[in-house]
Amino acid sequence: MPTKKATTIPTLVAAHGKQLLESWLGLQKDSSLVASGAVDTATLHNYSERFLSEFHKALASGRLDAIGGADWAGVREFLSDFSRGMAQHGLTPSQIATFVFSLKQPLFALLSHEFKSDAQRLSEELWQATLLIDSLGLYTSEAFQKSREEVIIRQQEEMLELSTPVVELWEGIVAVPLIGTLDSERTQVVMESLLQHIVTTGAEIAIIDITGVPTVDTLVAQHLIKTVAAARLMGADCIISGIRPQIAQTIVHLGVELSVTSKATMADALQLALRRIGKTVVDRKTPQAASPAE
Amino acid sequence: MDVEKQATLAVKSAEDIVRIRREVRSWAVESKFSLVDQTKIVTAASEIARNTLDYGGGGQLALEKVRQGERRGLRLTFSDQGPGIPDIQRALTDGYTSGSGLGLGLSGSKRLCNEFYLESKPGVGTTVTLIRWK
Ligand SMILES: Nc1ncnc2c1ncn2[C@@H]1O[C@H](COP(=O)(O)OP(=O)(O)OP(=O)(O)O)[C@@H](O)[C@H]1O
Ligand SMILES: [Mg+2]
Repeated sequence: MPTKKATTIPTLVAAHGKQLLESWLGLQKDSSLVASGAVDTATLHNYSERFLSEFHKALASGRLDAIGGADWAGVREFLSDFSRGMAQHGLTPSQIATFVFSLKQPLFALLSHEFKSDAQRLSEELWQATLLIDSLGLYTSEAFQKSREEVIIRQQEEMLELSTPVVELWEGIVAVPLIGTLDSERTQVVMESLLQHIVTTGAEIAIIDITGVPTVDTLVAQHLIKTVAAARLMGADCIISGIRPQIAQTIVHLGVELSVTSKATMADALQLALRRIGKTVVDRKTPQAASPAE
Repeated sequence: MDVEKQATLAVKSAEDIVRIRREVRSWAVESKFSLVDQTKIVTAASEIARNTLDYGGGGQLALEKVRQGERRGLRLTFSDQGPGIPDIQRALTDGYTSGSGLGLGLSGSKRLCNEFYLESKPGVGTTVTLIRWK
């Protein structure tokens, strides 16, 4: 292998920063970021300037082939920030990445100008620049996708908090259907709201339905056990309904003792609950047929 | 043992654990596991993933569809570079927890799988391998 000459990209970017910014901005004028209304030209100018300033700093101190390193932290932070800002606008990852990729053209122009008489050197430098910009572009689209996931997760959480799912089924009986993944703060929210309902309604029985819970592992089990214990302290007994057969088997293998009454369905649980508070459910026909005899 | 399909997943956040459960379930469905077997391997994966995150300080999962003769199954290898487990025997005891869990994750997962291997060195890290045959 020929000895690798240090790249001049950092020096060039430092020396021609202003020119680079101007031709980059010129290229982006008609980009889909602007066309979609996600950013106006002033904001784009601001973003581009900030990017170049971080880019410049990273180049000066760091290596071109390790954008995961500490020297590139500023650039990465900017790109994550930028992606987060864009995530609200319904753009595609490729539109976002284009922001970075469009820097190639002015950067290549600088290099071609610098090395017009040294084809060997030019191709080496172009190659380095390509690798660098590509990896930054890729990083941007990944960061963008991650921010979009974050937006969705946050929206789901907000929705869950808004819809307190605890219902009073009957005087003295409250029920909460648990749905989805239980190992986040969500469980906490739902459990607290159940306990709150027990207090405000003076319920004697709380039905926790887990039909909508895909996996019951030790963490979920522990949440259930704690809730049952807390409800008991507030004077309410719990019934767990909706334990599907495969979940029941798995819980047994895990070795978890739920030590609480359970019923296959919410309807069975309600029937048991009504009986416990001294009400009975009968077929409508039965009392009608029986009443004349009295 | 032949590996027919392989993927690596990060275990760095609570969302990763959700993603792992989803992925393991879809591989188990693809491998035509029964509903009970799907639930068992997904639950075991959830346990070990959470240990990797909570005690191992994060790590990764190598998910593999394997074949040995006529048998097919899933192999899950969780590894971390955390503090390691000083007393493996004790960690595998039902009810032992150094945190505030139920202490059933390791022992329970062992019962949920057909093969279970735990390697750990204090100061080096922990690797847990689970295999569930179809
Ligand atoms: N990857 C790991 N690195 C270091 N220590 C671990 C690791 N996995 C498990 N341990 C240790 O083993 C103990 C037992 O683990 P186990 O999963 O059985 O119980 P737990 O996580 O404490 O509670 P549970 O899983 O029931 O919620 C843990 O408390 C912890 O001390
Ligand atoms: Mg555990």
